[in-house]
Amino acid sequence: MIAEKLIFAISLTAIAMVFLIFLFVGREALPIFAGNISSAANQESQPIPVAEMDRLSPEQLRSYLNLTQTEFKEMDRETLQALMEVRVDAAKEDSTDRDALVNTVAWRYLIRPYQWTDYDKPVYVWQPVSKIHKYNIIPLVVGSLKTTLVALLFAVPVSLGAAIYVSQLARPTVKEWIKPAVEMLSAVPSVVLGAFAAIVLASALQSLFGLQYRLNAGLAGLALGISSIPIIFSIAEDALTSVPRSFTQGALALGASRWSAAWQIVVPAAIPGLFAAVVLGFGRCIGETMVVLIASGNAAALSASLLEPTRTITATIAAELGETVVGGHHYRMLFVLGTLLFVVTFLTNVVGDVVMHRLKNRLEGRS
Amino acid sequence: MSLPPAPSSTRSTSAQPGSAPATSAGLAPLIVTHNLELFYGKTRALKGISMGIQERLVTAFIGPSGCGKSTLLRCFNRMNDLIDHVRITGQCHIGGEEIYGRDVDVIELRKRVGMVFQKSNPFPKSIYENVAYGLRLHGTRDRKTLDEVVERSLRGAALWDEVKDRLHQSALGLSGGQQQRLCIARAIAIRPEIILMDEPASALDPIATTKIEELILDLKKEFTIVIVTHNMQQATRISDQTAFFYLGELIEYDATVKIFTNPAKKQTEDYVTGRFG
Repeated sequence: MIAEKLIFAISLTAIAMVFLIFLFVGREALPIFAGNISSAANQESQPIPVAEMDRLSPEQLRSYLNLTQTEFKEMDRETLQALMEVRVDAAKEDSTDRDALVNTVAWRYLIRPYQWTDYDKPVYVWQPVSKIHKYNIIPLVVGSLKTTLVALLFAVPVSLGAAIYVSQLARPTVKEWIKPAVEMLSAVPSVVLGAFAAIVLASALQSLFGLQYRLNAGLAGLALGISSIPIIFSIAEDALTSVPRSFTQGALALGASRWSAAWQIVVPAAIPGLFAAVVLGFGRCIGETMVVLIASGNAAALSASLLEPTRTITATIAAELGETVVGGHHYRMLFVLGTLLFVVTFLTNVVGDVVMHRLKNRLEGRS
Repeated sequence: MSLPPAPSSTRSTSAQPGSAPATSAGLAPLIVTHNLELFYGKTRALKGISMGIQERLVTAFIGPSGCGKSTLLRCFNRMNDLIDHVRITGQCHIGGEEIYGRDVDVIELRKRVGMVFQKSNPFPKSIYENVAYGLRLHGTRDRKTLDEVVERSLRGAALWDEVKDRLHQSALGLSGGQQQRLCIARAIAIRPEIILMDEPASALDPIATTKIEELILDLKKEFTIVIVTHNMQQATRISDQTAFFYLGELIEYDATVKIFTNPAKKQTEDYVTGRFG
């Protein structure tokens, strides 16, 4: 009885963890969703002209120049004057750049193109550096979808083909080798896989196809595909193996070849499981970080081309989180990306589950 | 008719397959085995089976579990090929052709020799598609032909009236007995000569069993039926010939009436009277 309660408690812990993580990510991102945070320059702090220096008390002057007590004491009058001039110049510059007044974390700037100063057309750009942090998430979303698409286009046929072969056609001795070998692939650390892709695969593909960029979305997608093969394969293989042998026997007894029996009877019967395998593969691809961080080229440029460098949501979070000010707008934006990722995978799983049950019910004649 | 020797045969045989010893009727039998032996690895599961099975009769295989009756049945459509480490020696002829010959097309063989399994195994498709599957497999594309054959097969399996309004619903929604009759319809749709039945009613209730038995008696007019059964009453009700197996050997093979009323062997008598098994 105690053991049962314990197991129950552990299973609850898993659910609780999912909730807690979501709450944490969501809480950090909340100020941006609620519009409570702004990256725009503070218009109220007008610079004080240098001539008015003497009207300020030493304490006011120190806080205006953001100096510590010791720093302030060590500076002579000329240095302080120079600092004030810098402030005045900076303010002048700010006021000439209308972008400084833009709240770049407002939704309009996150998802729609905008013509920044010195740009000749409206652009989607993620560039959280320098004075004006540009936070358009579209290049990252496209980057994630692009690499995931390539990964699935590569991994789904390969994994499903291998699963069909191993579960239906292969002799037991062959099966005993292939199955553990494919599953062993999941034991390769993603950082190693990424390194392999960035060094070996990238050079091979570049010299083979004469690519302009060594690291690109296609390469990252390919590496991502390799990393997701084991999960798609093992779920698909389980689904195919759990189709009753009696179906195959029935088909063979009617004069079907092993191939027809597998393709016409077993595969349709395993469709819900195969679908689940693809959905989980999608989740794995869109959430995978290390491989894309290493192999994608990491340029957050919006492009439809698969042969140009790209940047995914996950790689952005991983690369930039360490450089942000906790609680700042950049920090919060990365949590917005995290929330987005969480919602996408959650919805995918929910929709996948619903579709899977529909398929299952239809197969079993309960629709 | 030429009879190529079985390539896997390890014994030379003197008797011609056509004159197999254990035949009681006068006609040339449709299925003839001579000295058929089957090994699972090192285990000899069938020991020197020589028998002939007559056309358009119901032949029942009886015997305690593990006696080899299902294994022998599965030899007739080479379903044992699917099991690893199985080796078969001796001869097995169907319609005069050695089915374990070198250039035998197993697909063609299975078209001629249909099978119904112990547990009904309709495909997770519609009722219509289940029956049409074999035809499509063998190249029938014409919708009209398919419709006709599906209807005829379902009528032949005494299922048409029950399912004609829901042909395109899933076969898995049918009851167990209906599913088994669907499997029979599926088997007869491709017009085999022989139907092998491996305890087709053992998982069914008495009413469904009765329907299957009536169906078998009806099918006898067109098909040769070999049925494995554990149910002795069933064997007496439906079969013309009965073969009793024990530990991989054919103990006695004769007209059903004789086996159940006046068996020649003591073992047969003990079994049919329920003293063991």
